[in-house]
Amino acid sequence: MITAQLFQLLCFYFFATVTVGAALSVITLRNTVHAVLALILAFFSTACIWMLAEAEFLAIALIVVYVGAVMVLFLFVVMMLDLDQEKLREGFVKFLPVGILVAVVMLLEMLALIGVRTMRSYVMGANPAAANGHSNSAWLGKALYTHYLLPVEIAALILTVGMVVAVMLTLRQRQHRVANKRQVIAEQVNVRARDRVRLVKMDAAGPTEPPVSRAPEKETR
Amino acid sequence: MMLTLSHFIVLGAILFCIAIAGLFINRKNLIVLLMALELMLLAVNINFVAFSRFNHDVAGQVFVFFVLTVAAAESAIGLAILVLLFRHRRTVNVAEIESMKG
Repeated sequence: MITAQLFQLLCFYFFATVTVGAALSVITLRNTVHAVLALILAFFSTACIWMLAEAEFLAIALIVVYVGAVMVLFLFVVMMLDLDQEKLREGFVKFLPVGILVAVVMLLEMLALIGVRTMRSYVMGANPAAANGHSNSAWLGKALYTHYLLPVEIAALILTVGMVVAVMLTLRQRQHRVANKRQVIAEQVNVRARDRVRLVKMDAAGPTEPPVSRAPEKETR
Repeated sequence: MMLTLSHFIVLGAILFCIAIAGLFINRKNLIVLLMALELMLLAVNINFVAFSRFNHDVAGQVFVFFVLTVAAAESAIGLAILVLLFRHRRTVNVAEIESMKG
């Protein structure tokens, strides 16, 4: 009979296998579009793993933000650019042994460092959010909007700056610069006073007769 | 047999090493390099979520939130630079982008 904990463990192994397989195909697939699709799969199964860890808000945010926005942006860029797939994969075999060697050594070092066996005792206990009587979103939201309010606003600023920068970088320079208000530093430095201001000599205006524009009216009388 | 902290951390370590290997073996394609960076951030986020869950501390999940924010801004700007680069040089090959070499 399968208990709930064993079922959780089996689910974790399944999601973890899918994640690792998708990550491997991200870095090995020849077609860049396929690599982006594999990355989407990796993000999705990671979101499932976060669901197992009962971080529901972040799991949904990962799907909405990454799969919904960032990966679609990647797909757009990959499909928009006319890439020469064969040429981009030239050094693949050449760097393969070095890459695998570095990755395996790093993995062994990390596993030795984090001490896998000692962490066996850390069993997943009660859900900390549910212990306080909140949902995960309420737990996270209360922390975000009280204790971490300033970082949240800075994050909003970062996103705004990121958007402005992305638009500024990719905006095409049109003829005569009608479409965008891009600064041209050279023109600004080279400008003379006479280009901007025109001084006109005029006589001082005294009390004048009624304006000339009333002349047509006289004719009608 | 129960789900322990080491499960999550080992998964994070494996994903991080796969991303490192991806950086090494895809030295030509800038788009795949950006995707390997995203994978690395994902591995770090898995660790944060796991520690937050097992230590009963909300700070880990808050930090994942900010990492997601900055990663989204980073990939938007990175892709914008990529598009700009492709418009000028007609390539995203890292080996051909060497005009800043001394």
